[in-house]
Amino acid sequence: MPTRVLIPAGALGLGFDVAALWRGIETRPDIIVIDGGSTDSGPHYLGTGTSKYSRAATKAEWKLLMEARARAGVPLAIGTAGTCGTDAMVDRMYDITCEIAAELGQSLKIARLYSEQDPAAVEAALKAGKIRPLWPEQPLDETVPDTCSHIVALAGAEQITAALETGADIVIAGRCTDTAPIAALPLLRGEHPGAAWHGAKIGECGALCSTNPTSGVIVIDFDRTGFTVRPMAEGARCTPELVAAHMLYENADPQILHEPGGRLDVRAASHEQADETAVRVSGAIWHEGPYGVKLEGARQVGFQSCALVLLRDPAYVAQAEKWCALLEARLHREIPARLELARGDYHLELRQIGRNATLGALETASASPAEIGVLLIATAADQATAREIARLANPHLLHMPLSDTEPQATHAFPFSPPEWDRGALHEFCLNHVLACDDPMTPFRLCTDEVHHA
Amino acid sequence: MPRIGDIATRIRAKNAGPFVLTIDIFCPDPAGFDTICRALPTTRIAALFHQPRAEIRRFELPALNVLKFSLPRPVVQGSHNDRDMHASGWALLISALEAAPPTCENAPDGATRP
Repeated sequence: MPTRVLIPAGALGLGFDVAALWRGIETRPDIIVIDGGSTDSGPHYLGTGTSKYSRAATKAEWKLLMEARARAGVPLAIGTAGTCGTDAMVDRMYDITCEIAAELGQSLKIARLYSEQDPAAVEAALKAGKIRPLWPEQPLDETVPDTCSHIVALAGAEQITAALETGADIVIAGRCTDTAPIAALPLLRGEHPGAAWHGAKIGECGALCSTNPTSGVIVIDFDRTGFTVRPMAEGARCTPELVAAHMLYENADPQILHEPGGRLDVRAASHEQADETAVRVSGAIWHEGPYGVKLEGARQVGFQSCALVLLRDPAYVAQAEKWCALLEARLHREIPARLELARGDYHLELRQIGRNATLGALETASASPAEIGVLLIATAADQATAREIARLANPHLLHMPLSDTEPQATHAFPFSPPEWDRGALHEFCLNHVLACDDPMTPFRLCTDEVHHA
Repeated sequence: MPRIGDIATRIRAKNAGPFVLTIDIFCPDPAGFDTICRALPTTRIAALFHQPRAEIRRFELPALNVLKFSLPRPVVQGSHNDRDMHASGWALLISALEAAPPTCENAPDGATRP
C-alpha cells in the first residue's frame, strides 16, 4: 500500500478549491499536509515574529482542513506556522486550532514542534565551531546572534516524524523545510527515500505542478520505488514537463536539494504520464549526510518613514532625474544642519516610480510616462527621526522648482499628510547551518489534548 | 534582432531564500534552447547583474529546454535598498536583451577569441 499524502495548497492562507479538497478526501489519504510559511515575503515577519496572512483567512481555511481531517480520520500537519515559524506563531496556530475544535465539537491530540533558537545557544555553537556558512556567505561573528530579534532552525523530517509518532491528530510545526512535513510519513513507513523527498519538493506548492496552479489540491502516492502525483481539481492535469520543471522553482540548484539529513539528487529521475491526469516519477537518489539544520535570523536595523509626491507637469516629468538629484542634494545639506544628524546617521532615497523604481541602476528600458511618482524613503535609528526627515522634505517635495528663476511649482500629494511611518526595518542576517548530533536537540516537542463533546 | 523574451516561452526570476536569485528561462524547443544558450554566456549575465563571473551558477537542462542561472541576490532581500521583495522584475532585464550571436565581449565560456 502506498502512503497517500493530500496537499491542499502551497500555503495556508492562499486559498484552494474546496470541491477539490473533498474529492481528495474521497481518495482516502493517510495524512493531510500544508505549509504555513516562507522567507519569500521578506524579513519583517521573522523580525517581528508575525504572520503575513490575516487571522480570519487562516482560521477559515484551517477550519475546512480540520473538518476534512475529521472526515478522513487521519493526521493533519502544518509546517512553518504563521509565515515565520517562531514559537509565538506556533502558539497562535494552536489557539486557532483550539477555537475551531470548540466550534466543531472535536476532541484532539495536538502536537506542537518549536523551532526557535536562543541567541546565546547559537553564539555558543558558533564558538564551538558547529556553525558553517552557506553560499553566498554572510558575515557572522559572535555579536550577531544577540542582535537578532528571532532565530529559527529549519526542522527536517526527523522532527516532524517525532511529532507524528506521538499519535497526534494535528501537528503544528514551527519553522521547517517546505518538504519535511510531506516527506515525514512516507519516510516513517519505509517508502523510497529519494521518492519521498523528490515528491515532497514537487508537492510543496500544491497544484503549481499542474495545469490549474491556483486550485491548490494534489494527492501524492509514495511507494517503494517512486511517487505518483495527481491534481484534484476538475479538469486539471499533471504533465511530465510541469512536474519536472517544478524542481527549478525557488531552488538555486535544479538537480540537488539539501535537507538536514542529507541531499536529494534528481539527475537520474524519470517522469512519465501515468494516466490522463497523473505523473509517475522514479529514479531520484537520497544521499545521507552529516546532520545539520539551517538557521534563519532577522534583526531590526532602523525605522522608516516614507512620502509620496506625483510629478505630472511634463517639464518636471522630463527632468525627474535632475529634480530628484537636486532635492537629494538639498536634503543632505538641510538634514545635518537642522536635525543635528551626521551623514551616516540616516539613509535617504528617492525612487522614481514610472522610471526605474523596480530595477534602479540596473534598469535598461526608457519610456516617456505621463507622470512619475517620487517615493521618498527615510531610514534612521528611531521612528521620530525618520519622520522628521520626511517632514523636512515635505515642502520641497511639494514646491521645489528646477531652477531659482521659474515660478513656484506645486506637485500632487495623494494624501494629507503625504508622509507616513513605515515602522521598523528588519534584515535577514543568517545563512548558516548548525551541526547537531541529535536532530531533536535544537527543537522542542509538546502535546496537549482538547476535549469537546 | 529578436530579444530573448521573443524567443523564450517564459522567463521567471525568484528568490531562492533571501540571499540567492534564481532565473529560469523556458525555451520552446531544442532550437530555441540552443539559440538562447549561445546568446547568454555566463559572462553576459554577470555583466547584466554587476556580479563577478565566478559567482554565477549556470545550469543547462536540455531535457526541459531550460537555461537556469543562480547568483547572489543583487541586494539582500528586504534590505533598505531592495526594490523588489519577490525578485520577479529581474527576469525582465534578461527578456529585454538582444538574442545576439556571441561576440568577443560576450563569448560563451571557454570560447576562444577569433
